[in-house]
Amino acid sequence: MLTAMLGAVSQGILWGIMVLGVFITYKLLDIPDLTVDGSFATGGAVAAVLVVAGVDPVIAILAAMLAGAACGAVTGFLTTVFEIPAILAGILTQISLWSINLRIMGKSNTPLLANETVFSRMAELTGLPTNVVAIIVGAVVALALIAALYWFFGTEIGCALRATGDNEAMIRALGVNTGTTKMVALTLSNALVGLSGGLICESQKYADIGMGTGAIVIGLAAIVIGEVLARILPKGWTSGFAARLTSALVGSIVYFLIRAIVLQMGMDANDMKLLSAIIVALALCVPVVWERYRLRASYSKGGEGRA
Amino acid sequence: MLKLSNITKTFNKGTVNEKRALTGVNLELADGDFVTVIGGNGAGKSTLLNMIAGVYPLDSGVIELGGVDVSRLSEPARAKYLGRVFQDPMRGTAADMWIEENLALAKRRGQRRGLAWGISAEEKEEYPKLLASLGLGLETRMRSKVGLLSGGQRQALTLLMATLTNPQLLLLDEHTAALDPKTAAKVLKLTEEIVSERHLTTLMVTHNMADAIRLGNRLIMMHEGNIIFDVAGEEKKSLTVPDLLQKFEEASGGELTNDRMLLS
Repeated sequence: MLTAMLGAVSQGILWGIMVLGVFITYKLLDIPDLTVDGSFATGGAVAAVLVVAGVDPVIAILAAMLAGAACGAVTGFLTTVFEIPAILAGILTQISLWSINLRIMGKSNTPLLANETVFSRMAELTGLPTNVVAIIVGAVVALALIAALYWFFGTEIGCALRATGDNEAMIRALGVNTGTTKMVALTLSNALVGLSGGLICESQKYADIGMGTGAIVIGLAAIVIGEVLARILPKGWTSGFAARLTSALVGSIVYFLIRAIVLQMGMDANDMKLLSAIIVALALCVPVVWERYRLRASYSKGGEGRA
Repeated sequence: MLKLSNITKTFNKGTVNEKRALTGVNLELADGDFVTVIGGNGAGKSTLLNMIAGVYPLDSGVIELGGVDVSRLSEPARAKYLGRVFQDPMRGTAADMWIEENLALAKRRGQRRGLAWGISAEEKEEYPKLLASLGLGLETRMRSKVGLLSGGQRQALTLLMATLTNPQLLLLDEHTAALDPKTAAKVLKLTEEIVSERHLTTLMVTHNMADAIRLGNRLIMMHEGNIIFDVAGEEKKSLTVPDLLQKFEEASGGELTNDRMLLS
């Protein structure tokens, strides 16, 4: 049980890097970017192929990150230059990536059983079990990324990027080319997704063509869970930008813990995607239903004062 | 300062919805001119401002700003010359960002944005003083999200943001129309103060004829995509609302002025 939980935490952290990427597009840019399902697998495929070819596993992960960035740039290009709606642009990239990922690997999965990975190397160096190593490596990378994102979104470009998601007409009137900011956001977001895919591939020691399927839903579910958990804490702690990023990461860990628990309880692993979709759908429905209920409850026939 | 030569714009060309929004507008503004623009719905007032701002590409004509031909520049590329306030108070500010962040975004209008921090320490000291001049009590709420402000507060903030960098031309598109009368008067007074203090060249679209007469040194009336009446100086000061209504009926061939113009 403990091993399963440790495994879930390490997966949650490594997938959490993808969630940070989804956070950029979904929460800051207000675009649910469906490229993610493809670019996550691309990251995994690139890392796997390079490791098998004998490339240093750290470089393989950096290459996975760059490959993810390239995927995001394609979606950005389609949506900014050709004005294809962002969701459709993401779907187009995602579908094409399926074929591209198969081309990269040459087959539908690539095992890394005998090859050295970032995690096996660290495990050898420190003598710790791989699960613990994955947690430590993942946490260091994730926290460094949160710090970097916190910095980036505080810069002039980062502020312009946040404003693009907030009020596009306004920031264009202030001289920002919103095509560029969207392009930067999609590229950056998918770079994180590719990085996460590469890390997951090396930690589970294989890449699979289907490894990214439903990634966007996992990302959304993690963000939603993180937001709900953040409400429990005092507002002053959770309203800052770094706290919002951290809560997305924590949301991811909790998501994988829930997953591990329901799997332990005997749920079919294939039903997990259904459960994720239900979590996201519920999270999106509840505020709407609550608002409707509140409006109805505040109605009174007698007018003010009698409500 | 601003020179428009033969500006034309037709929307939905070649369809049943074809709309000739501007039909060869010529207009020249001198430095420091404060021009009010009136006209019925669909006269082309907002389109004129949007064409100057580069929201839509021109069909034909030339727009010069301070001697520079900006006709082919994109909206973001023209931003450094222009300050803009829109009718909708939600449009001019970013709701999820802090007041000081919004001001910092406006401070960098038309500048290259790099990896420097989005708001400098000096700005953090400067902005509360600026906001205090509005008299809205916002100077203590620098880190409040703009979405929490009222429409009037947001519009006042937008006005401050639009004029923060002393733009060559200020475009006000019915910027008080969505506010209640008291707030509208306040924002209008603020507009007057800022424009005269900084000597800003301004184009202000309004539906309120009394305001159009009272404010500024020049008034233009638009109808069906062109300027039908252009008056400045003493002659403008002596205008009355009935004069304007009469002018409008003459120029438009006795066509009834729309309700919104009559009521205002």
